[in-house]
Amino acid sequence: MTPLRIVTQLLEIAAALIAAPAFLGWVNQCRAWLQNRRAPSVLQPYYGLRKLFGKDVILAENASALFRFAPYAVFGTMVAAAAIIPSMGTGLPLSTAADAIALVGLLATARVFVSLAAMDVGTAFGTLGARREMMVGFLAEPALLMVLFVAAMISHTTSLPLIAEGLTTRALALYPSLAFTAVAFTLVLLAENARIPVDNPATHLELTMIHEAMLLEYSGRHLAMMEWAAALKLFNYACIGFALFIPWGTGTEAGGPAALMLAAPLLALKLAVAGAGLAVVETLSAKLRVFRAPEFLATAFLLAVLGLLVYLLLGA
Amino acid sequence: MTAVEVSFSYLDACLGVLVAWGAIGVAGLIRPRSVEFAGRTLFPLGAVCGVMLTVVAIASIAAPTERAVLPVGLPDLPFHIRRDALSAVFLALLGGASAGISVFSAGYFRKGEGALPGLLCLEYHVFLAAMGLVLIADDAYAFMVAWETMALASYFLVTTQHRIAEIRSAGFLYLLIAHVGAIGILLSFGVMQGGSWQFTFDAMRSAHIAPEWASAAFCLALFGFGAKAGLVPLHVWLPEAHPAAPSPVSALMSGVMLKTAVYGLLRVSFDLLHGVQWWWGLLALAFGLGSAFYGVIFAAVQTDMKRLLAWSSIENLGIVFTGIGLTLVFQGCDMSALAALALIATLYHALNHAFMKSVLFLGTGSVLHATGQRNLGRLGGLIHRMPWVTWLTLVGVLAIAGLPPLNGFVSEWLLLQAFLFAGEVPQAFVNMLLPVGAAVVALCTALAGYVMVKFFGVIFLGQPREASLAGAHDAGVMERIGLLWLAGACIALGLLPVQVVHLLGSVVQELLHVGPGDWGVDGWLLAPPAARHASYGPLALFAVTVAVVVLGAVGVRVWFGRRARRGPAWDCGFVRLDSRMQDTAEGFGQPIRHMFEPFFSMQRELPTPFDALPRYRVTVGDRIWGLVYAPLGAVVRGTAEFAARLQQGRIATYLLYSFVTLVVLLALVL
Repeated sequence: MTPLRIVTQLLEIAAALIAAPAFLGWVNQCRAWLQNRRAPSVLQPYYGLRKLFGKDVILAENASALFRFAPYAVFGTMVAAAAIIPSMGTGLPLSTAADAIALVGLLATARVFVSLAAMDVGTAFGTLGARREMMVGFLAEPALLMVLFVAAMISHTTSLPLIAEGLTTRALALYPSLAFTAVAFTLVLLAENARIPVDNPATHLELTMIHEAMLLEYSGRHLAMMEWAAALKLFNYACIGFALFIPWGTGTEAGGPAALMLAAPLLALKLAVAGAGLAVVETLSAKLRVFRAPEFLATAFLLAVLGLLVYLLLGA
Repeated sequence: MTAVEVSFSYLDACLGVLVAWGAIGVAGLIRPRSVEFAGRTLFPLGAVCGVMLTVVAIASIAAPTERAVLPVGLPDLPFHIRRDALSAVFLALLGGASAGISVFSAGYFRKGEGALPGLLCLEYHVFLAAMGLVLIADDAYAFMVAWETMALASYFLVTTQHRIAEIRSAGFLYLLIAHVGAIGILLSFGVMQGGSWQFTFDAMRSAHIAPEWASAAFCLALFGFGAKAGLVPLHVWLPEAHPAAPSPVSALMSGVMLKTAVYGLLRVSFDLLHGVQWWWGLLALAFGLGSAFYGVIFAAVQTDMKRLLAWSSIENLGIVFTGIGLTLVFQGCDMSALAALALIATLYHALNHAFMKSVLFLGTGSVLHATGQRNLGRLGGLIHRMPWVTWLTLVGVLAIAGLPPLNGFVSEWLLLQAFLFAGEVPQAFVNMLLPVGAAVVALCTALAGYVMVKFFGVIFLGQPREASLAGAHDAGVMERIGLLWLAGACIALGLLPVQVVHLLGSVVQELLHVGPGDWGVDGWLLAPPAARHASYGPLALFAVTVAVVVLGAVGVRVWFGRRARRGPAWDCGFVRLDSRMQDTAEGFGQPIRHMFEPFFSMQRELPTPFDALPRYRVTVGDRIWGLVYAPLGAVVRGTAEFAARLQQGRIATYLLYSFVTLVVLLALVL
């Protein structure tokens, strides 16, 4: 089955790279519809990327090599993360080298590089954004880890594809612990991807920005890499959610190539529903003050820990 | 040619290195005022000895235990020494970390800074030799002599600049807590000899003491070694002593000396004592997790770079003690595979911390020399002036933040696996507590990332906050070599965990009697058998990530060119950007101060609206001072004053005391 595994692996990466901007476009489209605006095309993020790649880079006078290297490092870690999340098939060779904890580590690496790059030029907005990003991160990271731990304890493994397989083949019963963690995961997803209510991807008010504030000094191809990486991050989070909470339809090794073929349209369907749901959540909630963001994330962390305790108490 | 028979034992070689260190130290007195002699000759020689010690120790890890008796010490109390796998691992740590630090020191010490160079050289090398002797001592006498020599040598190193009152008081605090701890250790040995009055470790191994006495010995040892390791609430000396000491000394103390406490506790609980009880582990776990959390939140609010690193050491030692606690819990419940996993995680983290914290402390040393500033609020933008120090420090920063593929992540991964798959401890409530412990470890690691972004970002990135920073120079050649050695070790420990675990496995076999099948290695992957279906292979992960980064960069260059122009920073169109608009160290700590307010004792100074020169100041203090040390100090002072009343200073009163004592004694005897 080795060739199939390699094909699965390459397909996963390619699908992530291609589908990520479209997913972002779809979320934006749904949001526009819900807000009674004329919606941009689903392909709008691709147009944006093409335009940015074509432009010259303007670097701040005191930007260092770290600033120029960071976009590629962030992009690289996001692609590596995409390579170990079972979005279409579970036969991923790289997932033996990196499990769920390593996935959290990879996401943290990307976060640290974005923050350091934001501090490099030394502007007020950049450093403010970096501080806030790290503040969101240090609460979101353990919460995500706890969410993954619950799934890992249920399926007795920390390997993401095996978790997905284990959860697919389990009896269709209600797991109260997973219900808790699903809520926690949603909160983490919103916070980590700079969505409302923690951050606003469409904001033009600098003082409230987190993610955008860190990218203010980037331009041209560097900005394109950062934007693409951000889209990949959202896609990755969505796929982690699918793997943990709705893993059905992911092509397992036992299913063979046919299952893999079937998985692609199913993934598209899941993404469509999840994107619409994300747009609804974002439209219905208001942005929190930055000082309230820790409470929001602490809730996520406590819910995830509760999920773990519920699992230990009830064994389910 | 026939092979020459080498009759040297590994133990002899280790001892030889320690003696050589002592000799180098004494040689420093030949020309005590010459920086060149100490720097160019003696410190590099010390580093060579360190490398030799590492090589010998690594080679000897799997070798059978060796013992010897040294004809030094008191007439009836010779020094017993012994080298086994546990000693060897820590000797390798000592040699490896000290080699880098010694090379760095060769270029670091300058003329006219505190003590004479020759004297510093003596103290430094005696310190190294004493730490080595602690690791090979095989009786309580030799151990305590080495332990005290270590404490004294480091005390003199801390107070190198003894003309500054603050440094003297920091040194006194260190000495005080070191001795309080030493009493705990001494009493622990006293309990463990179990009435045989034999103080060799072999006698303690074969002594059969009652479980409650074993528990007492463990608690005393935890107290004694915890004081050396800086466990909360015995941590107060660390944030004072580290900023006071010269940077290489801080590196040595934080990187290596704190690990002797880890060694000591491991030696006592798994080798000298029998019948580990699971609740010992819970105790160590509680102190470890508390220290980790307390350390990291205080690190986040510091504004002095060395103090920040000192608090970070408290956090990391907390994590190491968490690992020890976990090992004890599992061992006490006869779950040897999990105990092996936890012990490997513990040793791995101790090893990692030695190298990554040394890189960071030495990096601050270079910054301090180049700028004369320890305060984060007066630094910034050094990446342009000090590229070597910046990039090598970045390795240490990413490692200690627990990011793959560097070494900090490996030990975090192992520890979390041990926590995660603990599910079958017989005590139900321990089962509930362990996942919460995992949550605390996860939180601390994430906070460590926050702390390190602050540390690195404020010192090296952004705009220089002072005009004088424009003249900062990069580190010299020796300093660069030292940093490279240590940063290289961080990378090697991160990318080659399988090889490292193979070495650490010998310790596990020796202490827990768990065979190679349970060490958690599967080909090129780290795959603990206790954690079913979990594996980690940093080389593959790193290769894929690097491949994507390179492909991305090359692809972008080929398709879209590499044109770039320089211009003023955008900053949303604001033109009068200056360095004071950047976030400060205080600002970076603000969210933590806000969120964990109950832990800090804060004094704020706020300006009124009518101030001509508005000033805002906040000082963050440690509540433990007020809660523990101030009342304790008051009690000690009160007792002393009461005792002082007896001291009248008149000869007649003292004669009266003697007479009364005599009468009482006679009454007792007759």
